[in-house]
Amino acid sequence: MSPAEQAEITRSARNGWLLSAPALVVLTLAAIGPLAIVVAYSFMPAGEYGNVAWGFSLEAWQGILFTKDIFDGSLAWADANLTIFWRSVKLSVLTTVFAFIVGFPTAWFIATRPPKARAMWLFLITIPFWTNLLIRTFAITEIIRKEGLLNTILLKLHIISQPFEMIYTDMAVFIGMTYVYLPLMVLPLFASLDRFDMRLLEAAYDLYANPWQVLRRVIMPIVKPGIIAGSILVFVPSLGAYVTPRLLGGGKNMMIGNFIELQFGQGRNWPLGASLSVMLLIIVTGALLVYVRYANRETRNGH
Amino acid sequence: MATKGFVISRLPGFNPIAGLVFAGLYLPIIILVIYSFNAGRSVASWEGFSLQWYTVAWENDAVKAATVRSLYLAASAAVISTFLATLAALGTTRRKAFGGQTFIYVMINQPLMVPEVVSAVALLIFFAMIKQATGYAGMGYLIAAHSAFCIPFAYLPIRARLEGMDMTLETAASDLYASTWQAFRFVTLPLLLPGIFAGMMLAFVTSLDDVVITVFVKSAGQDTLPTYMLGQIRRQVTAEINAISTVLLALTVLLLTLFVLLTRKKD
Repeated sequence: MSPAEQAEITRSARNGWLLSAPALVVLTLAAIGPLAIVVAYSFMPAGEYGNVAWGFSLEAWQGILFTKDIFDGSLAWADANLTIFWRSVKLSVLTTVFAFIVGFPTAWFIATRPPKARAMWLFLITIPFWTNLLIRTFAITEIIRKEGLLNTILLKLHIISQPFEMIYTDMAVFIGMTYVYLPLMVLPLFASLDRFDMRLLEAAYDLYANPWQVLRRVIMPIVKPGIIAGSILVFVPSLGAYVTPRLLGGGKNMMIGNFIELQFGQGRNWPLGASLSVMLLIIVTGALLVYVRYANRETRNGH
Repeated sequence: MATKGFVISRLPGFNPIAGLVFAGLYLPIIILVIYSFNAGRSVASWEGFSLQWYTVAWENDAVKAATVRSLYLAASAAVISTFLATLAALGTTRRKAFGGQTFIYVMINQPLMVPEVVSAVALLIFFAMIKQATGYAGMGYLIAAHSAFCIPFAYLPIRARLEGMDMTLETAASDLYASTWQAFRFVTLPLLLPGIFAGMMLAFVTSLDDVVITVFVKSAGQDTLPTYMLGQIRRQVTAEINAISTVLLALTVLLLTLFVLLTRKKD
């Protein structure tokens, strides 16, 4: 390589950095930088009226799992916290699994339409995806709340005599999250299925496979990256959900996101809120790393 | 022949499920829209067609203020984030891979990866510090936060556009003695404009939709339309919320359609 070419490459890289710099500065100040403060706060003692006191303390991290007895300082499992974690994980897993069960046939349906119609069906999935999450959650609220549409219809048809309480239950949160995050499952599944070679189906049927075997042994292995992408795209926001459990779960059926907020509000335990945030961040990053590893393996295999 | 041919891609039960999914996705939204035209107060009963809830919303000063604030915030965030994203896209495409490029990608896409509630808490703490130090409690915080998390949404379509562009055009311009700036101004920029508009639209919609970060960052009296709605839904639900939702929904569909038209590949 000649010195001139070398200089050109250095110049190009420098320009690359210079052009990206303004965006990086804003992101550092208003997105990434503040995360470092959260990490720092998680190692500080709580202030008396919210905020933190200066000093080092592991209490916030301990507080995730244990509560300290006020009188003798002995530790006990924090049952309330564990219930919230369990609910968050359970609902997120259920949401992901159910979104896959109904999302896969939907993505398959779109992928097997003729090209023109395919764009239209895809657009129909994209609209709810870009519609305000609050509006979509509110739409579910309207249907399942006590004086909602579902109860009204069931009462009028005399199927039930008392309106049944569906809102403010785990079930309601599950329905709501599946509803709002479903497009996140369908879109990557479609992206995978769109490239699926339909001739493989012919080959499989020629070899006397039944539809179930075709699905399990031919289609699913090939579109696995899409399945993983969709699952993570649904699981990650479900685990950190805030709006949907707040509206559909009410005050009692909290998930981690609401629990974190509580620490900065009435709970007045900013360090605990910070340690919970860092914990959530670690879990989410872990899930994303799994995804990146899978995605890389697929590219190496030439897909 | 009336006999149906064997369709190789048919899997039993898949089409009915897909049908149910589409119905399930749209039914709640359609019901929400229909009941925004209800003369009665709630979804419990349909009492005839009326535009009264639109009038109620229109005449509500809190809604008016929140709408103006939302639009101002979304427009500011869209312009700022698109400007920053355009520069970053020009910096990270169409050049030899350079050290730190992956780092820049991760930085730019970071708002997509961190759970919103975590970002919100982080901003709450950080801005509380600045507020205490400077005493400033204006819209600047919301604009800064929104500009930051809108960057990846603006960046992606602009980058896609740049990557699909023919570099030889710029070379041709240089061969004709255009300066670097002239080549950019008269060749690259006009070609890039659809990508920039598409990015700006996504950024605008993203900012307009945000609830979580806004709820944590806003100072008293800085309600945007979504945070106003969140507060209302928690208290007492009237069809006014349906009316506001319907307007927002229409705006989203309109912007999305424009976006699709702008980014459509010519076949």
